[in-house]
Amino acid sequence: MNTYWRTFKVAAWLGWEMDSNWTEPWLFVIYSVVKPVAGAFILVLMYVVFVAIGRPQGDPAAFSYLYIGNSFFIFVASVLFGTFQVIQSDREWYQTIRYVYISPISYYVYIVGRAASKVAVSSFAVAITLLFGVFFLNVSIQLSWTAIPMFLAATALGLTVLLAIGICLGGISFLTAKHTHGLAEGIPGLFYVFCGVLFPLSVLPSWGRAIGQGIPLTYWFDITRRLLAPSLGVDTTLTGYDDLTILLLLLVSSIAFFALSILIFKTGEYFARKAGKIDMTTSY
Amino acid sequence: MSAAPARRTDLRYRLGLNARAVVGRSYPRIIGANREPSWIVFEAFLPLLGIASYVFIYQAFGTRTIAAIVANDSLTQAEREAAIAGAHLWVNALVATVVLGGTMVAFWLNVLWSMASQLYWEKEIGNLQLYMMAPMNRMALLGGMAVGGMFMTSVRALSTLAAGVIVFGVVFQVADPLSLLAVFFVTLIALYGMGMMFASLYLLWGREAWNLSALMEEPIFFSSGMYFPVGGLFKIPGWGPAVALAGSLVPATLGLDALRQLTLGPASQAAILPLAPVSTELLILCVLAVGFLVLARYALAYLEVLAKREGKLTSRHQ
Repeated sequence: MNTYWRTFKVAAWLGWEMDSNWTEPWLFVIYSVVKPVAGAFILVLMYVVFVAIGRPQGDPAAFSYLYIGNSFFIFVASVLFGTFQVIQSDREWYQTIRYVYISPISYYVYIVGRAASKVAVSSFAVAITLLFGVFFLNVSIQLSWTAIPMFLAATALGLTVLLAIGICLGGISFLTAKHTHGLAEGIPGLFYVFCGVLFPLSVLPSWGRAIGQGIPLTYWFDITRRLLAPSLGVDTTLTGYDDLTILLLLLVSSIAFFALSILIFKTGEYFARKAGKIDMTTSY
Repeated sequence: MSAAPARRTDLRYRLGLNARAVVGRSYPRIIGANREPSWIVFEAFLPLLGIASYVFIYQAFGTRTIAAIVANDSLTQAEREAAIAGAHLWVNALVATVVLGGTMVAFWLNVLWSMASQLYWEKEIGNLQLYMMAPMNRMALLGGMAVGGMFMTSVRALSTLAAGVIVFGVVFQVADPLSLLAVFFVTLIALYGMGMMFASLYLLWGREAWNLSALMEEPIFFSSGMYFPVGGLFKIPGWGPAVALAGSLVPATLGLDALRQLTLGPASQAAILPLAPVSTELLILCVLAVGFLVLARYALAYLEVLAKREGKLTSRHQ
């Protein structure tokens, strides 16, 4: 256990240094905030255009729904990317994977540690995006004191599921070429569509709704939105589940995905070793 | 020992040499990349999902608007039907906006990650010194990267367009195909010219450049109006028009605006909030294309001199 903790700590420090030491701290803070805020502004402008040409009276509930969903989606994009890009960046760019891989540590824990700095930075970006929405865009957020413990528990479980999914992808990326950016864009896109992040699941066709209801992140977004903005009044198709049931579902999912991540990671690692792909480079 | 061949400088030889360099550098992207079939999933299928979510946002807005129209008792039947038809029209126009934006996003990401960052990447993996020693013009090298990149990205762009028409039922009306082709290719030349210029600058900036590429994703998607008509920025008083004008320096902005005007019928023009007439936008794009290519040439020459003087051409991870 001591080795795991030490590996995690050192990997987290390494991840933080790699993420941030290319520039001055103030520039890194701006960099960390500009990207997510610009992402939120795309949605703001989509709403502005909709109001300008489609519905002059606006639809504040729909806007708050998508803004809150998008803010928490920063975690998805960032944590997933932070996890599965470790193998590819160490393998293709720094070409250090062979040294880390043969060292007497758990490579799984090393990846989780490397992702930790991304979690910290994205937490900051989520907070900034939400505050910006509340103060400048009239996004409706009413988090009560009594809901805070449940909100924190849901966030922790959601992040655990995300890390586990990221490790699953990492296991796959042992075997793939330099596709980090395709994965970074594509896999979050899957969750963007099917998890009710920006629009209620009721907009999707029935098969799409079924997929969405099978992904734990859907419940995470739903409970987060329920706790932060209880009076939105948008039909999410999950009204049949109470908050505690959703929390329980998240707990079970995080355990299941943790087990799955170990299975996929070990399988990917096994085949990569067998095919001699652990330290391959694809430079086109 | 045989004597070293004399250096040939005649035009025909140089043209042939540089044409071979273009073909040689584009080859790995056109042929080599296809030897790794997994890229089709990552480059063509998965990005469609992100685009689909933006399409669903507009459809959700449309659904809620139509529900509100249906529930409005003060409208007569004829008014209600007209309002619903109008809503369908603007939803189609906005979904088409997203689909066209999605194709342009593919090219922009390719410019950022496979053009602008490429020389830096080549330095990191040790190929750059080989390129610098080779006798061809460096612009031919960048040209080959651009041609290969355009081909690779066209697959993703076409799959996005096909998905827009087949899956989302977008209706395009092209009245002037020649103008459409002209705008499309001039936009691509300007975009890749910008990428060629950045490729040299990124080498100078080192590790910061990698993060600069990441920083030019969402903010450029926003300022270029990739997922909404860029004219929407003019609906925001103060900073909105300034962002739109600054965004117009990226050729994708005006290119997309012109493409939207050329592919949607006259009835949809009000919904796409055009910035300027197509002919004006085409003219500006031509100026941008020439300007970026010239700047790319100078940036590359400057980089080469600087790198030789400072001896940092092969220094990695800086």
